[in-house]
Amino acid sequence: MAYQYDFGSVFDYTPVLIKGIGVTVELIAFGAVAGVALGIACAWVRTQGPVWLRAPVSAYVEVIRNTPFLIQLFFVFFGLPSLGIQLGEMQAACLAMALNLGAYSTEIIRAGISATPKGQYEAGASLAMTRFQVFRHVVLKPALMRIWPALSSQIVIVMLGSAVCSQIAAEDLTFAANFIQSRNFRAFEVYLITTGIYLALALLLRQLLRMTGRRLFRKAAR
Amino acid sequence: MIEFSTWDIVRNLLLAARWTVVLSLVAFAGGALMGVLALMMRTSRVAVMRRVSWAYIELFQGTPLLMQLFLAFFGLSLLGVEVPPWLAAGAALTLWSGAFLAEIWRGCVEAIPKGQWEASASLALGYMQQMRYVVMPQALRIAIAPTVGFAVQIVKSTALTSIIGFTELSKASTVITNATFSPFTVYACAALIYFALCWPLSRLSLRLERKLHAPHRP
Repeated sequence: MAYQYDFGSVFDYTPVLIKGIGVTVELIAFGAVAGVALGIACAWVRTQGPVWLRAPVSAYVEVIRNTPFLIQLFFVFFGLPSLGIQLGEMQAACLAMALNLGAYSTEIIRAGISATPKGQYEAGASLAMTRFQVFRHVVLKPALMRIWPALSSQIVIVMLGSAVCSQIAAEDLTFAANFIQSRNFRAFEVYLITTGIYLALALLLRQLLRMTGRRLFRKAAR
Repeated sequence: MIEFSTWDIVRNLLLAARWTVVLSLVAFAGGALMGVLALMMRTSRVAVMRRVSWAYIELFQGTPLLMQLFLAFFGLSLLGVEVPPWLAAGAALTLWSGAFLAEIWRGCVEAIPKGQWEASASLALGYMQQMRYVVMPQALRIAIAPTVGFAVQIVKSTALTSIIGFTELSKASTVITNATFSPFTVYACAALIYFALCWPLSRLSLRLERKLHAPHRP
């Protein structure tokens, strides 16, 4: 007997899906902002920060980049309570996402910073700027502009990776899909629709980041 | 209650890590085949082929791997196939890594200056001959480092197959945690094993990049 598709029974749960989308958007919004901020800070340390801080930051970047996000998530959610750090599932998911993106964006941003010509630093210094001012006003913006496409794709990748957060019961889009699936037993239809939503979210996010990039670097882009 | 020593935990995790390695190798080999196919189509002169390949790559790069795993797991069973988790895991990871590898390698092929194509065309070489004798030897050299780098992503991605019930390192970690109630130790050990698998590959990729890519360095 041929399989009877039933997409209608999935759309009965539209509010659940919408709530899931909301949580996924929340996760990525927090993850992206905190992750990039962390990445900038770490990239600063690795290029011109205090020497004693460099080794721990390198270790953090290497460990995160060479272990699966799922394990990081489990470690934060299930492992940290042993140290007395108890986090809710949303807090744990946000923290894991920020840490994950932070490590990847460190490497990306560092590449942008390393490409800054030496003359730029000298020019900044000759205007009596402090090293921190030079970094903030002269180095960072062109660096971010250079690596914005790479950073954007990394943010999209992390957004797609957020599907895993459902495993610690963060109620994101995948969690909603699993919930619906457990109610109507239409696994294939549910996951097909959810995959479609993720694809749309990814395209939307990429577009949004492109527009943000254009806005941020309008003046510098000449 | 049975007591578990740290050694018991580590030993069982290492046993499970075998499956992580096997699955990674399968995904890499399958993904390489898929990637070559998609790359050929993506750079072909037939518009339909390019379109199909583009759609495949966009689809698999734009959706979560977890969803692809779910779809492979539940979708194949709709076709009446009895789907063991390892089959769904292997199929989904192959398709997923194929899409990424195709895109990585396309970048490498495109890095070959257009003049090389034109020069070889002026020697009356056909498309396959151009690829075989002129473009590939140069593109392969550029491709080695990022390909090794992507192998790291594959190893890490096998962790997701635990969610559809494939027993590898991550699944074993969860099971052992449930038995020992010491999530901190277990997940730290699991992370360490993943790190031991991935870090050498990362370093190798970096070294290869420095060695093979010298003229392109800023």
